[in-house]
Amino acid sequence: MNQPTNTPARNTKIMNRFDLTSRLVAKLKNEEAVVGGIGNTNFDLWATGQRPQNFYMLGSMGLAFPIALGVALAQPKRHVFALEGDGSILMQLGCLSTIATLKPKNLTMIVMDNGVYQITGAQPTPAAASADIIAIAIGSGLANSAWAADEEDFERLVDQALTASGPTLIGVRIDDRPGTGATRRDPVQIRERFMLGLGVREAM
Amino acid sequence: MAAAEGQTSSQTSHDKASHDRTPHERSWHEIVLQTLKRNDIRLVPYVPDRVLTTLIKNIHADPFFTTFPTAREEEAVGIVSGAWMAGLKGAVLMQTSGFATLANVLASLAIPYQIPLIMFVSERGTLGEFNYGQALVCRTMRPVLDSLAMEHHTATRLDEFEFIVDRSIKQAITTQAPVALILSPLLTGGKVFEK
Repeated sequence: MNQPTNTPARNTKIMNRFDLTSRLVAKLKNEEAVVGGIGNTNFDLWATGQRPQNFYMLGSMGLAFPIALGVALAQPKRHVFALEGDGSILMQLGCLSTIATLKPKNLTMIVMDNGVYQITGAQPTPAAASADIIAIAIGSGLANSAWAADEEDFERLVDQALTASGPTLIGVRIDDRPGTGATRRDPVQIRERFMLGLGVREAM
Repeated sequence: MAAAEGQTSSQTSHDKASHDRTPHERSWHEIVLQTLKRNDIRLVPYVPDRVLTTLIKNIHADPFFTTFPTAREEEAVGIVSGAWMAGLKGAVLMQTSGFATLANVLASLAIPYQIPLIMFVSERGTLGEFNYGQALVCRTMRPVLDSLAMEHHTATRLDEFEFIVDRSIKQAITTQAPVALILSPLLTGGKVFEK
């Protein structure tokens, strides 16, 4: 499992999803929105503390970036982050082209790539041994896409993304550890709290 | 899914809407555009369909709307769901075969999160269909909608169309429940094989 490929682009440190998510959240000072994709990606987001501006997907695999794009279009002054797994983004590669065409400068996409469907038993994805997700993103028109070499590089890329003039995609290689927390599976409360956090709703 | 052979009949004498129009009578697509505007629906991602061509062109031409194609219909559903949670209302345009790709996102996002997803589905597969695959996939649409207990209406008549669209949009938003508005060939003229 989790065999690194020989491509130079993936010659990067293997990091940890929860650690990277914690580093991201620690940088959020302006009520930035964060959309966590299905499974471990949102479990680890949940485990970093339940910010009201977090949205946790409980299904709809592959739609973290499209959901985040919708938030970014609706609130252009708020920066929006989306956390997605490599298996998930493989299900919805077309959205990279849509985002590249619309060029929302307040959207940052992070792909957590361990090469496996960890949550279903760590089976390798069809891309694990061959495809390079950053190369796919660049080929889709997302010029501002890069692998993070290590944790420090990841933080630097996040800082750059916050002031970028277009959308950013950051790839991180991660280990195959499961998520740290477990999101409470209450979609209505998740959605309502997110809307409160984004200032769309007032508490009842 | 979107592009296929054949001609839309909306430019031909088959266009029901253009038959006996008085100068003030609006076409179905004018009604859609105006009713979206009246209800402040500004975001319109779509996967195109021949029948929707004029509507899509006119929505692009109107700066009120943010409109663009997506690669898949569920991508568009994700986008309008995120936008609505952030305060911007939207609707998705698609054809029958596109709706057939949506069961998972309806059951795991729109319905359980109580998101007022508004869908316009141009109906292929019936009343003169020339592609057997379209005819088959069309038969899955209403069973899927019914199995999820989703609100849906099939619009066949111009005289009641604005009422259906306007009321359905308002109901979706106030009850936070998705709605599918199926545009029958009886309303749009549909797409027919003309060779």
